[in-house]
Amino acid sequence: MDLIATGLGHAYDGLTVLDDISLTVASGEIVALLGPSGCGKSTLLRMLGGLERPATGRVEMRGAPPAASLNPLTYVFQDFALVPWRTVAGNVALPLEHHRLGADERARRVAEALARVGLSDFAGAYPRQLSGGMKQRTAIARAFAVEPAVLLMDEPLSALDAQTRDLLIEDLVRLWTETRFTAVYVTHNVAEAVRLGHRVVVLSRRPGRIRAIVEIAEPLDRRREGSPALGAAREQIWDLVRGEAAAADREMVHG
Amino acid sequence: MAEPAVPPAEGTTDRAYPPATASPSGAPIRPVPFRGGGFAPRSLRFGAPATFLGLLGLWWAATQYGWVSPLALPKPEEVGRAFLDLATSGLLWQHLAASLWRLGLGWVIGAAAGTVVGFAIGLSSLARSTALPMVSAMFPVPKIALLPLFILWLGIGEVSKVATIAFGVFSPMAIAAFGGVDGVDRNLVRMAQSFGMPTRAIVLKIVLPGAMPALLSGARISASIGIILLTAAEMIGARYGIGALVLSAGNLMATDQLVAGVLVLSAMGLTVSKGIAAIEKRVLRWRA
Repeated sequence: MDLIATGLGHAYDGLTVLDDISLTVASGEIVALLGPSGCGKSTLLRMLGGLERPATGRVEMRGAPPAASLNPLTYVFQDFALVPWRTVAGNVALPLEHHRLGADERARRVAEALARVGLSDFAGAYPRQLSGGMKQRTAIARAFAVEPAVLLMDEPLSALDAQTRDLLIEDLVRLWTETRFTAVYVTHNVAEAVRLGHRVVVLSRRPGRIRAIVEIAEPLDRRREGSPALGAAREQIWDLVRGEAAAADREMVHG
Repeated sequence: MAEPAVPPAEGTTDRAYPPATASPSGAPIRPVPFRGGGFAPRSLRFGAPATFLGLLGLWWAATQYGWVSPLALPKPEEVGRAFLDLATSGLLWQHLAASLWRLGLGWVIGAAAGTVVGFAIGLSSLARSTALPMVSAMFPVPKIALLPLFILWLGIGEVSKVATIAFGVFSPMAIAAFGGVDGVDRNLVRMAQSFGMPTRAIVLKIVLPGAMPALLSGARISASIGIILLTAAEMIGARYGIGALVLSAGNLMATDQLVAGVLVLSAMGLTVSKGIAAIEKRVLRWRA
C-alpha cells in the first residue's frame, strides 16, 4: 500500500506552518522527513495518519493493506506512549483487544512482536522497570503487532541517549531487512535520516516546504556511520540543513 | 600532590586519603558541608501505638488525680465498661448496623453518581458546561442544611438520611473524578486513537485506569464526609445509629457511653481509610 499526500497545508492562528506538501510513500521504502524544530514535520506526520485535519490538501491510501493488517497507519511516538499500568505484553496486546481475534492468535502476535524486538524475557515487566531503549522497543513491538501497512515514526529516538540510539538504529535496519516495512520517519537528526532513509525529504523552516528530496541508493544494511558511500548524500543534506538551522537560530520563536 | 601524612587504615580496600588541612599553595581547605537531606518524612514503626498509649496514660492520670472533674470526662475504665455493656447487651451492634447500612448505601449511591457525572464533565463539552457549574454551586453547601428539606420530601425515615449522605458524597466524588479524567495523559488517548481503539475501549482502558488515583483519593475524602453527615443526620432524628447513641448519652449526662460512641466513630473512620489504602496498594501497584 502506498501513502499519497497532495498539497498539504496547515496554519496555527494565521501563522502558516506547512505549505503545499506533496509526497508519495511507496510500499517498502523508508522516507525520512528531516527539518529544523518548528518546521511542522510532526504536524505533517499527524496529518499523514489522520490524527490532525489538514487545512488544505488531502492524504490518500493507494492499494490494499496486507490482509493481516489491523491498523494500516500505525504510529511510533517520541515519548513511547506506553500505558504505565500494563506490562510489556499488556501494552503490546492493547491495540489487538478490540479486534475479533482468537486468544491464540492474539497471544501469537504478542509473542512474535516481542521476539522481533528481543523483549520476550520482559513480557511481564512494567514500563517503569524498563530503560528508555526497552520502552521504545516495546512501542515498536506494539506497532508491529497490528501489522501496519505504513509505520509513522515521530522522532522515535529523540528521547534516548546516543548509545541506545545507535543500537535501535541497528535494530530498525535489521527489522527492515527482515520485513521490508514501509515507514515515514520524522527526525531532526541528519545522521539518523541518512542511516535509515531510502529517501530524505528536507523541509524548510517555517513555513515548512519541501526543499529537496535526496535519494540514497546504498542498501540500508550496508550503511555504516561515516562510510564514504553516504558521504555525498550527507554533504548535500548538511548544506541544506545548515542554512535553515542558522536562519532559524536568528529568528524569534513564535507563540 | 602532597604525600599522605597518615598511612591508610588497615583493612580498607580503597586508598584512604588523610584529612587535608592545608594545600601546597597554603590556602586553607574546608570540607564541603552537607546541605541535602530532609523533607522526606516516613512513618516510624512504634509511633502510632506510642501516641495512643501516651494519650491514654494522660487521660487516665487526669481522671485519676482529679485534674478534671469526673462530670466532664469519665475514666478510661468506665468508658471500657460502658463499651462492654453496650456490646454484651447487643445494643452496640444494633446502633452500628444501622449506621453502617446508612453509610454504605449513601456512599455507594453518591460515589457512583459522582463518578459518572465527573466522567461526563471530563469527557463531554455539554456536561462540562451544564453539570460543572451545578456541581460547583452544590459543593460548598453544608449538606446537613438540606436534611430538613429531605425530611419534608422523603419522610423522617431512612431515605432522607441516606439521601443526605449520598448528596454529600456526590460533589467531592464528581470533582475528584473530573479532575482525574482531566489529568489523564492526552498522549495516551491519541495513541489509543491512532490504533483505532473505539471510544468505549479508550474510556475503559485508558481514561478509567488513568483517573484511578484521583478516584481513590476522592473515595477517601468522601467517606470521611459521609461519616460526618451520618452522625449529624442520626442526631437529628434516629432511634438507632452511633450518632443517636452519642446524642442520647449526652442528654443523660452518660459521658462514658458518649465517649465510647465517639471512639466507635473514630474506629469506623480509621477502618474505612485503611480499607481504601489496601485497595490503593493493590490497584495502583503499577505506580510503586
